[in-house]
Amino acid sequence: MSETTISKSEVAHVANLAKLAFDDAELVQFTTQLDNILNIFDTLGEVNTDGVAPTYSVTENVNHLREDVADNWHQKQALLKNAPLEAADLIKVPAILDGEGE
Amino acid sequence: MTINFFDNDLTSLHEKLVNKDISTVDLTQATLENIAKTDSELQAFIRTNSDEALLQAKKIDEQHDFSNMLSGLPLALKDNLATNGIETTGASHILEGFKPVYDATVVSKLSTAGAISVGKTNMDEFAMGGSTETSYYKKTANAWDHTKVPGGSSGGSAAAVAGGQIPFALGSDTGGSIRQPAAFNGIVGLKPTYGRVSRWGLFAMASSLDQIGPFTRTVKDNALVLNTIAGFDEKDSTSSKRDVPDFTSKLTGDVKGLKIAVPKEYFGEGIDPKVATTVKAAIAQLELMGATVDEVSLPHTKYGVAAYYIIMSSEASSNLQRYDGVRYGFRADDVKNLEDLYIKTRSEGFGDEVKRRIMLGTFSLSAGAYDAFFKKAAKIRTLLIEDFNKVFADYDVIVGPTAPTVAYGLGEEIDDPTAMYLADVLTIPVNLAGLPGMSVNAGFVDGLPVGLQIIGKPFDEVTVYQTGYAFEQASRLFEQRPNIAKKY
Amino acid sequence: MATGNFETTIGLEVHVEMQTNSKLMSPSPVHYGDKPNENTNVIDFGYPGVLPVANKGAIEFGMRAALALHATVSPFIRWDRKNYFYPDNPKAYQTTQSQTPLGTNGYLDVTLVDGTVKRVRIKEMHVEEDAGKNTHGADGYSYVDLNRQGTPLIEIVSEPDIASPEEAYAYLEQLRQAILFTGISEAKMQEGQMRADVNISIRPFGSSEYGTKVEMKNINSFNYVRNALIFEEKRQAEVLRSGGVIQQETRRYNEPTKSTILMRVKEGADDYRYFPEPDLAPITIDQTWIQKVADELPKSAGDRQHDYVSNLGIEPYDAEVLTQTLAMSDFYDATVAAGADAKRAANYLIGDVNAFMNKHQIELQDTQLTPAHLAGMIKLIEDGTISTKQAKQVFEAIMAGEEPESFAKKNGLVQISDPVVLLGWITDVLDNNPQSIEDFKGGKDRATGYLIGQLMKMSKGQANPGVMNKMLLEELAKR
Repeated sequence: MSETTISKSEVAHVANLAKLAFDDAELVQFTTQLDNILNIFDTLGEVNTDGVAPTYSVTENVNHLREDVADNWHQKQALLKNAPLEAADLIKVPAILDGEGE
Repeated sequence: MTINFFDNDLTSLHEKLVNKDISTVDLTQATLENIAKTDSELQAFIRTNSDEALLQAKKIDEQHDFSNMLSGLPLALKDNLATNGIETTGASHILEGFKPVYDATVVSKLSTAGAISVGKTNMDEFAMGGSTETSYYKKTANAWDHTKVPGGSSGGSAAAVAGGQIPFALGSDTGGSIRQPAAFNGIVGLKPTYGRVSRWGLFAMASSLDQIGPFTRTVKDNALVLNTIAGFDEKDSTSSKRDVPDFTSKLTGDVKGLKIAVPKEYFGEGIDPKVATTVKAAIAQLELMGATVDEVSLPHTKYGVAAYYIIMSSEASSNLQRYDGVRYGFRADDVKNLEDLYIKTRSEGFGDEVKRRIMLGTFSLSAGAYDAFFKKAAKIRTLLIEDFNKVFADYDVIVGPTAPTVAYGLGEEIDDPTAMYLADVLTIPVNLAGLPGMSVNAGFVDGLPVGLQIIGKPFDEVTVYQTGYAFEQASRLFEQRPNIAKKY
Repeated sequence: MATGNFETTIGLEVHVEMQTNSKLMSPSPVHYGDKPNENTNVIDFGYPGVLPVANKGAIEFGMRAALALHATVSPFIRWDRKNYFYPDNPKAYQTTQSQTPLGTNGYLDVTLVDGTVKRVRIKEMHVEEDAGKNTHGADGYSYVDLNRQGTPLIEIVSEPDIASPEEAYAYLEQLRQAILFTGISEAKMQEGQMRADVNISIRPFGSSEYGTKVEMKNINSFNYVRNALIFEEKRQAEVLRSGGVIQQETRRYNEPTKSTILMRVKEGADDYRYFPEPDLAPITIDQTWIQKVADELPKSAGDRQHDYVSNLGIEPYDAEVLTQTLAMSDFYDATVAAGADAKRAANYLIGDVNAFMNKHQIELQDTQLTPAHLAGMIKLIEDGTISTKQAKQVFEAIMAGEEPESFAKKNGLVQISDPVVLLGWITDVLDNNPQSIEDFKGGKDRATGYLIGQLMKMSKGQANPGVMNKMLLEELAKR
């Protein structure tokens, strides 16, 4: 694997995916730090993993399923109380711009 | 009245309650006083909840039901364990003032047992860090030297127990966050097997790695706490249905015939020679007691840090997306639209280390990077597990140092994330493989404790405790007290 | 189908809400139309520390859909996270199956307007979480209701086998019926229980490469889908004819103008950062489980129609009407099983019962009618206990939940067929009307009509006309 380097613009792109914003100074600092860490990540390229199955979890559980029984925990009021802004039992957020999201 | 936890283990406190030598209210009050006396120097607690604690203590006294070992005993919780109606922040600004509306399973189990939670301990923000310095709220001191870090991320829980504020505490361990602070503070900290303890209510960092575990001054105390918090929970799809044994069942002091493996990679480059010497002496002690000790190899150890930081940050980047200012917690002011709300809330709400890991994880999962990073790391994880499987085919436990160094100075490494990450090399593989791992005090270097790490087969915490107990009883290092002990 | 010199390629991703009792990853109830956020808990709100547990019922409903569409049910399923921020998506990831879909390689045979049958291949089927609902206020705020959040969906992804807006319409209609007959959803369009994401491209005839796809999401009317596609076919052809280039973009259908409006141009692929969900255990599905679900799977509409025509002697058109909804078809089956004459039961359901439902604007399951009551009434007619005229009153009663036999008795709506009783009346009437007997013997058929009228009067309309006629003729012959 060749050495991964990350540019300021790539960092800005990733920040956008993660909904984070950095000013110029922060962007420079983060780019350097991420670059250093990616160099550690690159050492994985030394290992031949052909034919190795990935492990995503070490749980032994299979088919941990819940029977289809409805149970309302009646948490609505407590949940809405924690919302920063709420109106008529709805969570209130600043306007969604057209074309965002799904 | 006063109580000195250095003079009392859980069994002794339990007997005092049963015999009515002290009341639960007195014990709770004394604990809160201990904290009040010493927390200005330790800074282990983000907040205490004395009202709730004393109320519950009163109830326990009225019932006088001490059938559970932990009934009436005070404890502290890491601030990433959900408590119904009591502020829980993960030491992050983004959850400042947040009161969960439900209890973590460990919290309800302890509460059912009658144990009394007196407060929330400091930690690295969302458990991201190894020194508790990334907390939004405060910096915690090492119990042995207040100029040193307590380790992390569960630094508050470790310092509180080591500093004699509380007889036991819970932490969480994703890449060493229980074992390393236990090592830095000279106490016992166990990360159970993945699935042994329910994660319901643990603010997730990396779901496939996180486990909750106890901090105590002694091995027996630790096993007693695990007895209460372990077990299947239908609310956690990854929680194990295996039977929960009595974790104190092999605390005999006997290790004759125990087969101990010592990985040569755990004494390689980057390990402080004094730490290595101390740990080797501890291993020699076990050998002297009748255990067989062989050097083995875990060849993929050096790739653990990279694999871990990719997997952990990827999962964390996704787990922490829910902190968006919409439904709970901090919401930034003066936002123009939704996009603005997200970006401002998250940029103002998270600290640098959290942002760094979110960035790493988001990158590792992004189109074009997934195969070379996330998937590659998942394959390395398989190789690390196979390394352990091979060794455990012939050995009962694996031992080595918990951390490459003793506690370093506050502020010394916080600005060098790469160095911080590399320091996790000895604890990380255990999380990747889901194994139980414990740190017990192995001795001191320059007045600071060194951790002996004992790693067991999956779900074999009993043998890990057996090994740790034998060493602890032989070395009697737990009898050594930091200066702060004189305050009680 | 084509526009000018272009041929059209359409692919559809259809989302159907599955009507389980509880949500896919939380036990909160799945229920439409409740007050905002009524059916939510800490899991649905994406609280820190909560964990999902998958709903077995949702997996089995998904398997039903897969089986109904002839798809292969995967033996191993691992959940994946699809990451994106949106207020109706509280965890900022949707739990879905991207790498191991529940079903693969299915198909739906679609009967087109000209009667030909076209096979549309189904590429994949996923069980996944629905999002909540955002309402956009005029006050600069949006409002979030998470009741729907976590409702299990089955996503049905077709291959791009659909060649025209009409085919798309036929596919959707017949897909809806196929889903209806699995019993997993009522697929009510107006309640958003079935929604389609459509993509359409055109290319010159003979071109080996597909044109650039344009996507339209979340359309919840088949007509809108058809109109949107008709507009897009034309728009894209005009762009290409005037030498322009189709951009990869997302558009929105606007009903008032029956046109599509550009929402955003896609710059590269969306980056949803899919990865395996570490909070959930994998699922393995063996043949035994598949068989169990197959055994529970209701028969398809086609099979039922065939059965009605060949075994019950129902007209093909009537069989189609009876299988428009699973509820109607199940009701019909239950009525026949309860002993009703098949044809009479069909006629009642298609005629009087449907008229009743239309008049009151309600669904069959919301009426008080039960298959046992309908069958009971039909049996009363069949065995002559009540007349068809009396049946009209009984019908009204059973629609109000009454038991037919006791209602008929209580209200004297019973035909009297007892020969002893009837003979008594006949003897009386004949004795009192000698002139009529004479007329009858003289060949005046009209005379019987008068006598019957007298008998009906005497029996207060309860005499069974068939039996009475026969006995009257016998008695007349004896005189």
